[in-house]
Amino acid sequence: MTEKLSLAAMLRPKELSPRQQKERRSFLLSVLAGTGVIGLALLGYVPLVKGWVKRLRPPGALDEREFLASCIKCGQCVQVCPVSAIELADAEDGFGNGVPYIDARRQACDFSCDAVQCVLACPTGALSHQLDKKEQARMGLARLTRPDACLARQGKGFKGVARGPAFPGLHRYVKVDRWTPIPVASHPYDLTLCDLCVRECPIKDAISLEPLESDPLGASRTPVVHEACVGCGMCEMICPVAEPCIEVEERLTWAAAQGRA
Amino acid sequence: MSSVDDYIMPPAAPEPERSKKGEDRKPAAAGNGGLPPMPSEPPPVGTHRFSWSEMGEGVRVMLGGEPRRRDKSDWTERMREVQAWKTTPEQRQYRRELLHKHETTKATFRWRKWRWPSIILINLLFVVSFHLDVQLVEGALTASRFVGFHMADLNSSLQVALAYKEILINLLIGMVTVAFLWWLVGGRSFCAWACPYHLLSEWAEMLHLKLAEKGLVSDHPLDRRLRTVLYVVFAALALGTGYTVFETISPVGIVSRALVYGGGMALVWVAVLLLVEVFYIRRFWCRYACPIGLTYGFVGVTSPVKIEWNASLCLHEGNCRNACLVPHVLEFTIKNRAYDSVMQAGPDCTRCGMCLEACMPGALTFKVKGIGDML
Repeated sequence: MTEKLSLAAMLRPKELSPRQQKERRSFLLSVLAGTGVIGLALLGYVPLVKGWVKRLRPPGALDEREFLASCIKCGQCVQVCPVSAIELADAEDGFGNGVPYIDARRQACDFSCDAVQCVLACPTGALSHQLDKKEQARMGLARLTRPDACLARQGKGFKGVARGPAFPGLHRYVKVDRWTPIPVASHPYDLTLCDLCVRECPIKDAISLEPLESDPLGASRTPVVHEACVGCGMCEMICPVAEPCIEVEERLTWAAAQGRA
Repeated sequence: MSSVDDYIMPPAAPEPERSKKGEDRKPAAAGNGGLPPMPSEPPPVGTHRFSWSEMGEGVRVMLGGEPRRRDKSDWTERMREVQAWKTTPEQRQYRRELLHKHETTKATFRWRKWRWPSIILINLLFVVSFHLDVQLVEGALTASRFVGFHMADLNSSLQVALAYKEILINLLIGMVTVAFLWWLVGGRSFCAWACPYHLLSEWAEMLHLKLAEKGLVSDHPLDRRLRTVLYVVFAALALGTGYTVFETISPVGIVSRALVYGGGMALVWVAVLLLVEVFYIRRFWCRYACPIGLTYGFVGVTSPVKIEWNASLCLHEGNCRNACLVPHVLEFTIKNRAYDSVMQAGPDCTRCGMCLEACMPGALTFKVKGIGDML
């Protein structure tokens, strides 16, 4: 202890006055605090680099990088959505803290608003104002991720409410009410062959049921996603099996999907 | 240092708002109410004189510079007259009596009782608009629409502009509107009159002062240049990385969004900040870190709303500085530091009015250019 002190004294040519010592302590504490604040903010990079953040963004969202840069994290898009599909991300999204996303399985965007309200609400253009029709959106692409569980592929029908009586999700059934979305749980089906993903898709010609290649003459059908798909996630939300057979892969383009196949 | 300078009264904060409605809550500034009559009239202090050097000094001090000490040879003629009058034997005697009265006079909360409701009301409007769907103020503090008109927080917009390198017209309209509105009422008045984190921080400060009074905690002041460094670093990070890095940890954005849309993990960071402020560094975020405060500080440089100081009434006991979030703006209230008989607080001032509440003789007032004394 004493050795250390004397060593410190040797290294330091002059004794500091109490005031100077106080100033030095204050300065060092400031450096520490500043480093801490900047360091913490930069930790926000980790979820991006590690690829933890894979979010389905609202319609019209710019490329992910530009989207995170231009979004002012105000949530005006959240406020105008008639089915409350849009949520704001939390700290675990790093730089994406406060940025809107859609959990399609919980509540998909079914374009109940018609005019892409979230885009109109966005003050920074993070949701691009070049989008004015739902057909122009490209949020991602629906893909048949669990074909074996698909009821249509098994030739099965569906009877009852799509996601069970406790599911809070909303959907606008044009034949029930042209303007107001109603709970999916209040709309039972009775289908001889399940076609919910096709039936409730809000985009024309985005998805259809086709005969199976392996059994072209049988009663079974398989959902096939077409180029018109905007990736809204309605099919993912409505899929009645426990784990959805069809899911939206966010940001996947038609070209990329074709290349992959 | 004289005994006058050494005397320190407990700062304005710890007394609960609704405590007493007794005589000591009356605004002391109005007339000479409750004070012994002044034995002689002061020489005229005159009106505040604008100078570019004072403005520059204000910005320099806001950025973390130490207030410049003026030589007595720099004093204006009217300051010399006021000082000569203040040091006459009868005035010295009178001021000793006043000081004694000051010791036993509790701070009022005549501004806080407007300011706290102002913060709560502004933030409540956001919450109510969303949850009752009345569409009055949609969004959060970072950006919103006020009955359809775009509003955008200046610092958030700046971050977006630097990261995205493009500004949409809507955002620009929002920025200009907000800049003008806060310029009109003082710039950093955003902090004291609208910022939800400021209110939480004020409560943390009250707790800190209570604990400090009992000797359980003590303040560890930082170097004020830290905020300027953080400002530059966060601007550079936004520009360089293309991400709005600061928004990730902005407690103002986090608290505002939590109020409107519900809180999450990000609130843990806000809680940590508040704990630091209670136990270790008084008002850490608002004093030494927040870039938003500095942005609005720049807006307030030329603002018509200022805190003005009258040399003839000041007792130099320092209550105002003890109550103040940014005491460097009140440097002139220290004995022999003012070079003019009327001085105005610099742009870092949040126009919270706590110095007014702490000043019994009413040497400090709100001044609105073109309108005159407010109080």
